[in-house]
Amino acid sequence: MSDTLPRDAARPVPPEAAEDDVLVRVDKLVKHFPVRGGGLIRRTVGQVQAVDGVSLVVRRGQTLGLVGETGCGKSTLARCIAGLIPVTSGTVTFEGRNITNLSRRAMQPFRREIQMIFQDPYGSLNPRRRVGAIIGDPFAVHKTAKGAARKKAVQELMERVGLNPEHFNRFPAEFSGGQRQRIGVARALALRPKLIICDEPVSALDVSIQAQVLNLLADLQSDFGLSYLFIAHDLEVVRHVSNDVTVMYLGRVAESGPKDQVYETSRHPYTAALLSAAPAADPDAAAERRRIILTGDVPSPINPPDGCRFHPRCPKAQELCGQQEPVLEVKPGDPATHLTACHFPVQAGESLARVAGRDRR
Amino acid sequence: MSLLEVTDLRVSFPTADGLVQAVRGVSFSVDSGRTIGIVGESGSGKTVLTQTLLGLTQGGRIEGKAVFDGTNLLGLRPDQLRKVRGAEIAVIFQDPLTSLHPLYKVGWQIVEMIRSHDRSVSKKQATERAIDLLGRVGIPRPRERVNDYPHQFSGGMRQRAMIAMALSLSPRLIIADEPTTALDATVQAQILDLLLRLQQESDTALIMITHDLGVVADIADDVMVMYAGKAAEKAGKHDIFYLPHHPYTKGLLESIPNSSAAGQRLRPITGQPPSLIRLPSGCAFHPRCAYVMDKCLTEQPRLAPVGDDGNHVSACWLPVTAAGLAAEAEELRRRAVGLGRNEAAAKIAEAIAERPESEGSVIA
Amino acid sequence: MSLSSLEFQAASAESAPEQAIEGRSQWQLTWRRLLHDKVAIASIVVILVMVILAITAPLFASLTGHAPDQAFTNTGTTSTGAPVGPGTHGFLLGTDYIGRDLFIRILYGARISLFVGIVTTAIATLAGVSIGLIAGYFGGWVDTVLARFIDTVLAFPYIVLALALAAIFSPSLTIVIGVISFFSWAGISRIVRGQTLSLKEKEYIEAARSLGAGPWRIMFIDILPNLLGPVLVLATLYIPIAVIFEATLSFLGIGIPEPTPSWGSILAEAQNYYTVAWWYVVFPSVALLVTTLAFNLLGDGIRDAMDPRTERIFAAGSQRRRSRRRPSVVSAFSAAGPSAEFPDPPRQPMPPTP
Repeated sequence: MSDTLPRDAARPVPPEAAEDDVLVRVDKLVKHFPVRGGGLIRRTVGQVQAVDGVSLVVRRGQTLGLVGETGCGKSTLARCIAGLIPVTSGTVTFEGRNITNLSRRAMQPFRREIQMIFQDPYGSLNPRRRVGAIIGDPFAVHKTAKGAARKKAVQELMERVGLNPEHFNRFPAEFSGGQRQRIGVARALALRPKLIICDEPVSALDVSIQAQVLNLLADLQSDFGLSYLFIAHDLEVVRHVSNDVTVMYLGRVAESGPKDQVYETSRHPYTAALLSAAPAADPDAAAERRRIILTGDVPSPINPPDGCRFHPRCPKAQELCGQQEPVLEVKPGDPATHLTACHFPVQAGESLARVAGRDRR
Repeated sequence: MSLLEVTDLRVSFPTADGLVQAVRGVSFSVDSGRTIGIVGESGSGKTVLTQTLLGLTQGGRIEGKAVFDGTNLLGLRPDQLRKVRGAEIAVIFQDPLTSLHPLYKVGWQIVEMIRSHDRSVSKKQATERAIDLLGRVGIPRPRERVNDYPHQFSGGMRQRAMIAMALSLSPRLIIADEPTTALDATVQAQILDLLLRLQQESDTALIMITHDLGVVADIADDVMVMYAGKAAEKAGKHDIFYLPHHPYTKGLLESIPNSSAAGQRLRPITGQPPSLIRLPSGCAFHPRCAYVMDKCLTEQPRLAPVGDDGNHVSACWLPVTAAGLAAEAEELRRRAVGLGRNEAAAKIAEAIAERPESEGSVIA
Repeated sequence: MSLSSLEFQAASAESAPEQAIEGRSQWQLTWRRLLHDKVAIASIVVILVMVILAITAPLFASLTGHAPDQAFTNTGTTSTGAPVGPGTHGFLLGTDYIGRDLFIRILYGARISLFVGIVTTAIATLAGVSIGLIAGYFGGWVDTVLARFIDTVLAFPYIVLALALAAIFSPSLTIVIGVISFFSWAGISRIVRGQTLSLKEKEYIEAARSLGAGPWRIMFIDILPNLLGPVLVLATLYIPIAVIFEATLSFLGIGIPEPTPSWGSILAEAQNYYTVAWWYVVFPSVALLVTTLAFNLLGDGIRDAMDPRTERIFAAGSQRRRSRRRPSVVSAFSAAGPSAEFPDPPRQPMPPTP
């Protein structure tokens, strides 16, 4: 029977969340990629400042949505947390233990607790391996199940994510995009991790398949008590799945806080612009929306602007913004969980729309 | 008289596995200065449709008519079609990185476009026009940028350059195939804004192909929802979003967060799009339809007018008054289903109902 | 139409995507495509015949009563001491300069050629793949060292090495195999290294790392299966190179020592007699030519069979025999971008993605 009762995709957070409620804490994480110049000796001529001082928290059983556009560093951040790339500075702690830049051997036990789902359903599965082997990989790597027991566990996983367990021996090419994404989910779920980092898991899928996968993720969260770090650029999807939201811009956090706070009472002009740019599948809402049209494209993370990185495109920018980097802090009138990094945050009732809607026929 | 009138277009491809019926009788029209949004997912046939209009499909069997300003595009020879393409009908693709030539300067590409259609234009004149166009589409410092290569532009800028190229010959119709899918939201907003503005300035007709209903809600006037190679529903924008008739349209709206029909929990359309080789009997959507009736299994519904608006048509056997998201409409549907659903349809309905909303299909 | 047949239709339509795409591995698909390729089939047949002839060489020797190194000075040479032609006195293809049955010698030569060809390629492939994988995956100083080593080996003058070795130790089968293997592995290694470098950036490798898989597991379980296709083609194309190499060494006298016949050594002998005995040159050359050609064509055939794009040509060809179309132009359209298109399975000739 299909579920007719509305189910909250995310459970509410009590304001005074205790410290042991924190699953992952990221503190002032910095990741720079060296840019090597040409010539005989490839010297480092610059740094891609992909992530430049990001702090965030993922709580047990909750979903943190990470939003931002190209070049904001969210994917790099995800990989730093997952231990896939070394961190330049800053720390990542999991359940209180420091997991920054651990050796592969030391990181191994944590790999069972932190898993990842990738964006590209075609690229994230090895085309030459059978699906059963792919899903069974975690068991093989961590030596937790062998032979018949492993096969049984894999088939249970397949069923749990909505795949036919008899397709155990098929190759990824024989599945559709949505099904391949489910294979990825099954693989991530195999060892019952505590945290799953979802890197744009539905962006490459058809609309109706997106909903299926999102529902699947929601069901799994409530069944297994999972926490998600959900990375996406689609604001509506993020609003639907998250408890807390962090907005990133060019390697830094612009704003973070409980979902309703960030969406309803955005303080950072970038957040406001993002929200106004996101197309809603509702013509009346679209017509009413006063677009804040930003000028120009996102600048390159190699040469980020001085001071507040957003200031060249910000409708509220003033001299101070180009000189001093704003601190991520609670603005007056906001709850303690809502942080903004802005010298001149958006006030209640203020509208930043330069372009007053569009000429509607 | 519409600028472009497509009548009963059919495109199929013979393959080793069978005949793939990509487009199965689609008709629509576009007027100058108006925008039609063609919405569909994978397998809906929307891309093949537009390729066929441009004469870019190979190896397919094409039937039907596509009359552009009095001429049937489908009957033109390749050289005649080439004249129309670019000058009268321009195309904007999804990824400008693959559609702009990486080894030639952007300005040169626009100049070539202009001059290949009109030899009398001198290089100097064409370059001036190119600079002017780049400026019109919002590229800063166009006089310098005209000498840059595509890879020196950012994603949004490249798409603007693509649009500039599309506009270079002042086309009457622009076909945009998912032009903003690969772009960030803020850039997408800029591009859509630009398209609208340019359309108003030149009274150009616009066909916007997309899977993103948000884009459609923003800039389309009319909407055609495609499923399995046919039009499921056609209506003005307002009707599509607030008075959907076809269960597929309704299902799409219910599966998107924060759409006009979304609830707390997303209600996806369970199952998957059908194979275009072995289509289901009757209505192609019936294996996934919550309102499936016996008639749906045997007869393919034709596009019939729905509601009061003459422009709103839907290919569904549900009563024509059962449009929209209101309780009354739902009641009408329920009643029709109660009468029209017997054994065969009931079995299918049961299978559909049993699929959890987090699953695709238990079979596949 | 009866309702029950409709239900069946509905059900079969539901499972249609499944029926249309059946579970087939890359190898099954490649084999299926290969079977359509007439040239490849012909090559396989030729190779099989060659192998059978080589294996049954002793049988032919006993049948004809001519051993490979048995010199028939009476029946096998003319009064002036020249070799006799094909068909004379029971010598199917004639004799060599001391009256040995050329046909039998060529058969025994086939044993050498095929043995050396296959064994050296096997050794070279094993070594080349391992080293290429390690160099490509680990990168860094490991790669730098190994890559330079590979380059050195490739630049090496082999004939000189063989000459030197033959001078120090007398020519033998072992030296031949050693030299040829040492020459061949580097070419394979370089290609494997290149493939590994690009494969290691794929997302599924990143996924494997995120699971905690170690480098060795990733190399051999994740990357290697993706290499096997190109490696198979490469190996098939290296066999004829090895065969020619062996023939060259034998021709120069530093290969397989007498009295074991090798096509190369036979040709070396034939140099002095070709004016009076055309068969002495022609038949061993033909044997060499046919063998190398067959392996080359087979290698090309396998490479084409693994490339999914040729399937479209086959599909169209089976519908319209005469015209040969190019693969659909829409590959240009269906590229790039996060489009949610249906996958293009390697074997199914999908039309332009909708």
